[in-house]
Amino acid sequence: MLAQLLASTLRVSTPLIFAALGGMFSERAGVVNIALEGMMLLGAFGAAVGTLVTHSPWLGSACGMGAGILLAALYGLFAIRLRANQIVAGTAINMLALGLTPFLCKILYDVTGSTPPIPIDQRFRTAPLYLSWVLVLVCWVWMKRTPSGLWISFAGEHPEALNAAGIRVNRVRWLAVLISGALAGMGGASLSIFLSSSFSRNMTAGRGFMALAALIFGKWKPVPTAIACLLFGFAEAVQIRLQGVSLLGSKPIPVQFIQILPYLVTILVLAGFVGHSRAPKAAGTPFQRE
Amino acid sequence: MDSSQIVDDTTAAVELRALSKQFGGVRANADVNLRVERGTIHGVIGENGAGKSTAMKILYGIYRPDAGEIFVGGKKCVWASPSDAIAMGIGMVHQHFMLAGPYSALDNILLGAEPVRWGFIERKKARERLESLARQYGLPVEWDRPVEQLPVGIQQRIEILKLLYRHSNILILDEPTSVLTPQETSDLFANLKKLRDEGKTIVIITHKLKEVMSFTDRVTVFRAGKVTGEVETSRTNPQELANLMVGRKVVLSIDVPPARPRPETAIEVQGLSLAGPSGSRHKLSDVSFSVKRGEIVGVAGVEGNGQSELLQALLHPRESRCRTAGPVRYLANDVTVWDAAKIRDLGVAVIPEDRQSEGLLLERPVSENFLLGLQRSDAFSRAGFLRLRNLEKTATLAVEEYDVRPRGLMNTAGQLSGGNQQKLIVAREFQRQPQVLIAAQPTRGVDVGAIEFIHNRIVRARDEGAGVLLVSSELDEILTLADRILVLYEGRVVAEFQRADVSERELGLKMGGG
Amino acid sequence: MRKLLQPILAVALGLALGLAVTWIAGESPWHVLKILEKGAFGSGYDFGMTLFYTTPLIFTGLSVAVAFHAGLFNIGAEGQLTVGALAAAVVGAVWSGLSAPLAPVVAVLAALLAGTIWGAIPGWLRARRGSHEVINTIMLNFIAAGLTSYVALYLLKNPDSQNPETRPIGPGYLIHQFGIFGGAPVSAALPLAILAAALVWVLLWRTSLGFEIRAVGQSEPAARAAGIDAGRIRIIAMCLAGGLAGLVGVGEVLGNAGKFKVGFSPEFGFIGIAVALLGRNQPAGILAAALLFGALHKGTADLDFETEHVTRELSLILQALVILSVSADGLWSWMKERRRPVIPETAGGVTC
Repeated sequence: MLAQLLASTLRVSTPLIFAALGGMFSERAGVVNIALEGMMLLGAFGAAVGTLVTHSPWLGSACGMGAGILLAALYGLFAIRLRANQIVAGTAINMLALGLTPFLCKILYDVTGSTPPIPIDQRFRTAPLYLSWVLVLVCWVWMKRTPSGLWISFAGEHPEALNAAGIRVNRVRWLAVLISGALAGMGGASLSIFLSSSFSRNMTAGRGFMALAALIFGKWKPVPTAIACLLFGFAEAVQIRLQGVSLLGSKPIPVQFIQILPYLVTILVLAGFVGHSRAPKAAGTPFQRE
Repeated sequence: MDSSQIVDDTTAAVELRALSKQFGGVRANADVNLRVERGTIHGVIGENGAGKSTAMKILYGIYRPDAGEIFVGGKKCVWASPSDAIAMGIGMVHQHFMLAGPYSALDNILLGAEPVRWGFIERKKARERLESLARQYGLPVEWDRPVEQLPVGIQQRIEILKLLYRHSNILILDEPTSVLTPQETSDLFANLKKLRDEGKTIVIITHKLKEVMSFTDRVTVFRAGKVTGEVETSRTNPQELANLMVGRKVVLSIDVPPARPRPETAIEVQGLSLAGPSGSRHKLSDVSFSVKRGEIVGVAGVEGNGQSELLQALLHPRESRCRTAGPVRYLANDVTVWDAAKIRDLGVAVIPEDRQSEGLLLERPVSENFLLGLQRSDAFSRAGFLRLRNLEKTATLAVEEYDVRPRGLMNTAGQLSGGNQQKLIVAREFQRQPQVLIAAQPTRGVDVGAIEFIHNRIVRARDEGAGVLLVSSELDEILTLADRILVLYEGRVVAEFQRADVSERELGLKMGGG
Repeated sequence: MRKLLQPILAVALGLALGLAVTWIAGESPWHVLKILEKGAFGSGYDFGMTLFYTTPLIFTGLSVAVAFHAGLFNIGAEGQLTVGALAAAVVGAVWSGLSAPLAPVVAVLAALLAGTIWGAIPGWLRARRGSHEVINTIMLNFIAAGLTSYVALYLLKNPDSQNPETRPIGPGYLIHQFGIFGGAPVSAALPLAILAAALVWVLLWRTSLGFEIRAVGQSEPAARAAGIDAGRIRIIAMCLAGGLAGLVGVGEVLGNAGKFKVGFSPEFGFIGIAVALLGRNQPAGILAAALLFGALHKGTADLDFETEHVTRELSLILQALVILSVSADGLWSWMKERRRPVIPETAGGVTC
């Protein structure tokens, strides 16, 4: 029972880890990424379609990442180039993904809301799970040890300093947002071709926001963020386990309380009641050279 | 790249020709010509907003000029970004340091010039080089501490090391001494002289005549976006430079009759303290003074020695950062636990330090700015509703009386010039019939005519019985207006004088911690 | 003039892009447009349904706008309206015996109060703990969804239904529905919404409190220096925002369903952001924008069965495109910039 629970924890936290790491790149670079949810959703759709066409989950997830990047590019156009309010633009991107995916399903498969099922031999068994943890380490080294990691940090903390040091802030932000799209897309892919057998309408169901919560919980750092994803994944796994299970007599256990736990914890952390988490200083502020 | 190898020594290190730059219709630089000789310390002086920083930021590639040319070592250059300027050996220490607080000194220095091997930053190698640089110039730094935990003087040191690390030959420093103690200032200039003697070219932006006179070789003077003179320091004197800076004789024309203080106290504080961000001198510790009605008490001091904190503490005494040994009293009321609105309602007028952020709603019309802070006064509200007709009537009269131009109430505050913005604030605050007036830097960046006008108003308020606290970093202003003078240094009141008993020299000495 | 032109252009741009999508999908844009028009305004019933959707959008648009004026971003209207609706339904189901004049008033107050509390939380957190309202309101949306579905599934479950919903409210709570809309549930909630818009206008532009809210939104340091307690004002603004969103429950629970249904809102809270933006945060603009989005929502509902390839999700796509085109302040100056020759940014870099 416990082993099962842990296994399912690892599985359900995989999409969260991808998306949260994606969010880390863009937020550390100073671009708040509410649009994570939409990028994930389009990524899930792209991966499902890609796999159905190519019969390969690897090519499929490449499609998913491509879809995420595409949406991230649109987000970047508004949030970086046109200096739109990042929250507003992010909200719009989420709506767009939510509307576009069933729309495209209808056009491609003449079914509203979902793709046809993907045969089991064309889906991932475990690969994304391992990949996600490899990625955690890669991101950790990236942010700590590479020049671009340092630039990303400064783009979010003190963009003027980065500019004065001769690095183009908005290029760094573009890079970060596109990476963000790719990783969120991969997160979506691991939902549609790893955890389930097809794409369905709004299948992310708030996981993008949960990834954002994990990012805050993890203080915008790769390893703690991944651990936060595990915690949230555990909550989800427990909740799936307990669905409909009755304990102590007849009443089923209300899973809703477990469901809201990650969100509640995030609020408490952000308010400094439990630990403290400080956002990159320039997150949300467009950068403009005179 | 080392540009000095390419050309002979007679060419200027830097030359700006006919540079112009506008920001949203405001002309920051117009037809600026400037020549900096190689191996000199070159002063660039002017009042706040005269365009010195803008010109230097163009030279460093942060701003793009609307017109004009830049020559470095005799070669024409067009910068796409600071990285091009850096490549040509130009470096800049900005007035607001370009340091990210949570990151280490080392990372802040490396940024943009990281030594890389196999795609990774070689921090060890960078550190070795920095340590040798630090030894060479006597600039030790704790490399691994987050910069936000280091004092301001060290932060500046980090900024200078940044330039040395990048092999900059031309060092631009923007107001480098505004945050330094006198000791740190003399250390800084000793270091700069050392750098000059090793062949580096140094440009210092400042508005302090004294520094220019004692440390520079040549000076360029800015006024209102233009260059009004370029002279050798040894052949000029402070008076001449001052005239070039302000375009008028710097003799303030108003004559202030002596005060007749009344016995009643306007403001009284005992042991007032306010914590600032850690590691900075920006704090207030254990300040006690009182202001009687009918007198002007001047608070002199170099900016950043606790003035902002004093103003915060006076208006928001109940905030948690604020500590006080005795009660804070306004007009015989103990206001220690009052909120700002209640304090203001006693008849406390405030001319805030930073008029654009604290004084005005820049995007709102003049009429609403006139209402700010008075929105619950009987004149402009009844039962929670605004009396807009009254507001319009009163504001129209006030705009006329205080000569705010243009006159229209529907212009946004942001459309007014600095002087007119300040007059608008004065008009509004005097609407309160002040019993207490707290005026901070009341004439900063304001044109001559408006200065006189504002000074006269302050004196008139005093003569009508208000207690005035005047916080200013302009010595002239303090010496002209104040009846008593307190000197704020490192957050403490270090001296108190009667105006008649103190010379400018003595005051300057105290302001420098002497 | 430009103030009016910009939103209109944004809508036109969004609509044009959206219809281009339908064209790519192989459907004539003209045909789609006609279905939209007919779906939204074709009959008394259709128009009634449009108004039925417009009502909650007025509330959420006002909610977002009031917060905006105080410099806050209320993404939490969705959560606030959910708890508001639940509160109305709970009151109606628990004290089901209450009769007409009093009952709806009590339920309205309950919705108002619940929304206010749900708005006060992020307001307080921002003002006193300094944590950003955007994340907090998003989190509270999920918490609201979880809590309300717990109530609907466990505490007050409707025994006569398989759906996740609460027991029906007492008959005394149902509010008047206008008969002229062919059975569409246009209730007294609509005039209530219009009244709310008028009150918000009075509040913001004619009262001291409204001025203080706007002052805080414009410049917190200036407001503080003027003696305005910015934290208090922010809490008040978020309470107002929450209360306005909470009133969405009136039209839904008292004027339509007679109970709380889990998931009744097709993201009215998020569309409210679009409504507020398009309406430039002005009550009159919000009324117009709410009607537009209400019509869009109703009009697209018919697309599923009236066309081959285009689904009702077109409304989401259109909304997203409209938001994007309104959002980009830089868009307009960018388009102007393009027409004017500029000094090339990378004119060969260093030309030394």
